[in-house]
Amino acid sequence: MEATKVVDAKGLACPMPIVKTKKAMNELETGQVLEIHATDKGAKNDLAAWAKSGGHELMKHEEESDVLKFWIKKG
Amino acid sequence: MAVKPMTSKEVAKKVMNKEPFFILDVRNEGDFADWKIEGENFDYFNIPYFELLDGVEVIMDKIPTDKEVLVVCAKEGSSVMIAEFLSEAGLSVSYLVGGMKAWSEHLEPINIGNLKDGGEIYQFVRLGKGCLSYMVVSNGEAAIIDSTRMTNVYIDFANSINAKITHVFDTHLHADHISGGRVIAEMTHATYWLPPKDAAEVTFEYRALEDGTEVTIGTTAINIHALYSPGHTIGSTTFVVDDQYLLSGDTLFIDSIGRPDLAGLAEDWVADLRESLYKRYRELSEELVVLPAHFMILEELNEDGSVAEKLGTLFAKNHGLNIEDEEVFRKLVTENLPPQPNAYQEIRETNMGKINPDEEKQREMEIGPNRCAVR
Repeated sequence: MEATKVVDAKGLACPMPIVKTKKAMNELETGQVLEIHATDKGAKNDLAAWAKSGGHELMKHEEESDVLKFWIKKG
Repeated sequence: MAVKPMTSKEVAKKVMNKEPFFILDVRNEGDFADWKIEGENFDYFNIPYFELLDGVEVIMDKIPTDKEVLVVCAKEGSSVMIAEFLSEAGLSVSYLVGGMKAWSEHLEPINIGNLKDGGEIYQFVRLGKGCLSYMVVSNGEAAIIDSTRMTNVYIDFANSINAKITHVFDTHLHADHISGGRVIAEMTHATYWLPPKDAAEVTFEYRALEDGTEVTIGTTAINIHALYSPGHTIGSTTFVVDDQYLLSGDTLFIDSIGRPDLAGLAEDWVADLRESLYKRYRELSEELVVLPAHFMILEELNEDGSVAEKLGTLFAKNHGLNIEDEEVFRKLVTENLPPQPNAYQEIRETNMGKINPDEEKQREMEIGPNRCAVR
């Protein structure tokens, strides 16, 4: 999946993955995709809920040797 | 205004003293709905922290100024951030140190009473999850029953009262929390006892706890007498300690009774559960003080925070002990049961020694209430 921007939140604890994601998202245009890498397990539920409440679309997420990867399309 | 850290121990005091208190829970709505810090005089407001990243103005009118306010999240980080926002907005608030993770693991030891030949029995109340475990102490020796995985709490407590842990018991194979029994036994070279019918698949050594087993703690005769009481699980065993206390495991609670479905065999075990509660327990002295392995609601706590009631009182007041019709009883314990505890199959497998999840995974498996009862 083609991402416009990548946020590296690996090694960061809650709330930093969401804080960084939100900041990066502000710089994108509607329809563009943000890729997020995190290691905090809680990021999964929080990013999904945050995307939903902000009108964004969580398109895909996968787990690669302890790194959680997310692709969120700006709404 | 200053942001203050508040520990689980301080929060536990507020629960037990029934203090008025306000909790701003900044976890996801689903997590809050499923499980929160319960307090009789607590008020709550829930909004996920990520809704507040642009500021807390939107919730300022929801936060009282005449009550202590605690911000709570899963692991601490987000609650510190939100507490700082509130502080910048002029409020004086605290955050929960370690978040709900720490709350779930906090144990509060309470002295339940003295034993006849000297010695004491302590109840360890795990307020965050409703789990109760016990330490029987006599003459420098200690026995632990239904311990949680926070093994250091028991070992440190035994050290603090100069007691050596010699016996560790589980009343049954738990499905709602990970037992610390095996680890404590290994660390202290104590004997680990399990009911063999629940232990058919365990991968480690244990001593078989049979009906009528007598174990003496200390040099004085503080007998722990095992009474086979199947139903919640096929091996479930009750202990009579010092002819005074009935450690009922998950068979009988203060306001409810054990559910027979967590090991998968509700229909098969209904008759066993009925016989244990309506026959075997009926033959015991009504003066025995029932000490269960769980509480479900705060009303089950006594004034001092303990969970204990005379068997005779439970025969009179506990609905689950007063259903005459066997068919009505069968329906109660097999139909419309509450949801099962989080990850209960994995928890059972961990307690059997079949899987060995790391600490973080164990924590995650235990999230949420215990749900071992039917009412």
